[in-house]
Amino acid sequence: MSFSTRLHNNAIGWLLPALVIAGWEVASRAGVMPANVLPAPSAVAEAFWRLTLSGELIRNIGVSTARALAGFAVGGSIGFALGLANGLSTLSRGLTDTTLQMIRNIPHLALIPLVILWFGIDEEAKLFLVALGVFFPIYVNTLLGIQSVDPQLVEMGRVYGMDRRALFFRVILPGALPAIFVGLRYALGIMWLTLIVAETISASSGLGYMAMQAREFLLIDVVVLSILIYALLGKLADSLARLLERLSLGWHPAFQNG
Amino acid sequence: MTAASLTAARSFVATPVRPIGSVEGQRAFAFRQAGKRFGDKTVLDGIDLDVPAGQFLAVIGKSGCGKSTLLRLLAGLDRPTSGSLTFGVAEEGHSRTRFMFQEPRLLPWASVVKNVEVGLTGIASGAEARQCALDILGEVGLADRADEWPSVLSGGQKQRVALARALVGHPQILALDEPLGALDALTRIEMQQLLERIWIAQKFTAVLVTHDVAEAVALADRVVVISEGRIALDLDVPVERPRRRGSVELARLEGKILDRLFG
Repeated sequence: MSFSTRLHNNAIGWLLPALVIAGWEVASRAGVMPANVLPAPSAVAEAFWRLTLSGELIRNIGVSTARALAGFAVGGSIGFALGLANGLSTLSRGLTDTTLQMIRNIPHLALIPLVILWFGIDEEAKLFLVALGVFFPIYVNTLLGIQSVDPQLVEMGRVYGMDRRALFFRVILPGALPAIFVGLRYALGIMWLTLIVAETISASSGLGYMAMQAREFLLIDVVVLSILIYALLGKLADSLARLLERLSLGWHPAFQNG
Repeated sequence: MTAASLTAARSFVATPVRPIGSVEGQRAFAFRQAGKRFGDKTVLDGIDLDVPAGQFLAVIGKSGCGKSTLLRLLAGLDRPTSGSLTFGVAEEGHSRTRFMFQEPRLLPWASVVKNVEVGLTGIASGAEARQCALDILGEVGLADRADEWPSVLSGGQKQRVALARALVGHPQILALDEPLGALDALTRIEMQQLLERIWIAQKFTAVLVTHDVAEAVALADRVVVISEGRIALDLDVPVERPRRRGSVELARLEGKILDRLFG
């Protein structure tokens, strides 16, 4: 697919959100939608401008993004490492998989009260929750990816004299990559979700905190603005993941035309 | 490699003169009373097989007769549970045996030329490996597809890449496990001709496991029929090359083998 058609397809994807916003603006202006239920998009845009000028918005987005990425880095790398270890070694899998599967079935947000008791409302609390939330999709999909690598290819690699290192980097890891990317995209969704919940409940800065403060002062335009920014950040993270996917999975038939 | 195999390495074998042979008169490999059991199931039993270097050997048998196991022993994928397997060039043994599988088994995430370079693992790397890989791709007629992904190739083209990968390291022995079984009839004949041409040019020892008797007599110097884990027939194919498919001589040999298989 050429660059211009791809651009065209992306444009189609933005058509629906644009129409919804236009309809919403019209409804607000006509008075169908009272401003204390949902402010007009123009009012939200004004709030955006006001908070940008004061620097508050940029600061809060920065704080939240830093938290999200730090938690993602910690949880993601532990999940990836354990997924690799358990995929490659039956001993490691035997030792840890049962425990991990038990922990996986606890909704990580249920730990919020405990986490507040442990860490207070400091950074560690958010980092811990995000890391925990991100860990499982990465772990499960890395493990699945490694287990689903075609054993015939592994045998071929052995027959052709690849040592363990070559076998891992040339056969096993590339074979597991599509599944790992699925895990990555899930994890990015969970990353924002966890962070928002954590910041809404206990924080003194960040987007979730900004929304909660706005609620205290009945600034509904800021609340709506926060929600829209979440949507945009989520979309941005997903687009980045897809770009990485396209760059590294060029061999995959599913990516050869898109 | 055991000490016994080292002493056996240079012994000469009394066999009729082969039309092709890189090291005429030398042995490529020999099974001595070799057997393979999986649990209490005997798959191969008392196999004695002496193969001179440069010979094209075809191994035929019904499915489950142990012919693929024989090939796996040869490639070092399994070890015999009794008897021995020795190689003519002792210091190289398994490492210079290449295996071509029934499926192409190409790495989907590596370009065609990178896949061929897999055959040079531990032999060459970098620009040298790429050049060797490109040369051999030229020989199998795929030089212009070097930088494409395997997924865009047809079945026959994939198997040609697999052949290039097996040959790029200049193996002494090429073990082929029904590599043409999944191809359509016309592509199959094309591949057989390609295989014969490259075998004549490179002078390696070829061991082709197949269930296609016509293919065996068209390609091989010698056909071995395996039945219930033992060698049931060991037949020379003294027909001049190039051979004409469907000739009376080949048909007579084919009949003889089929009689042994179903007689």
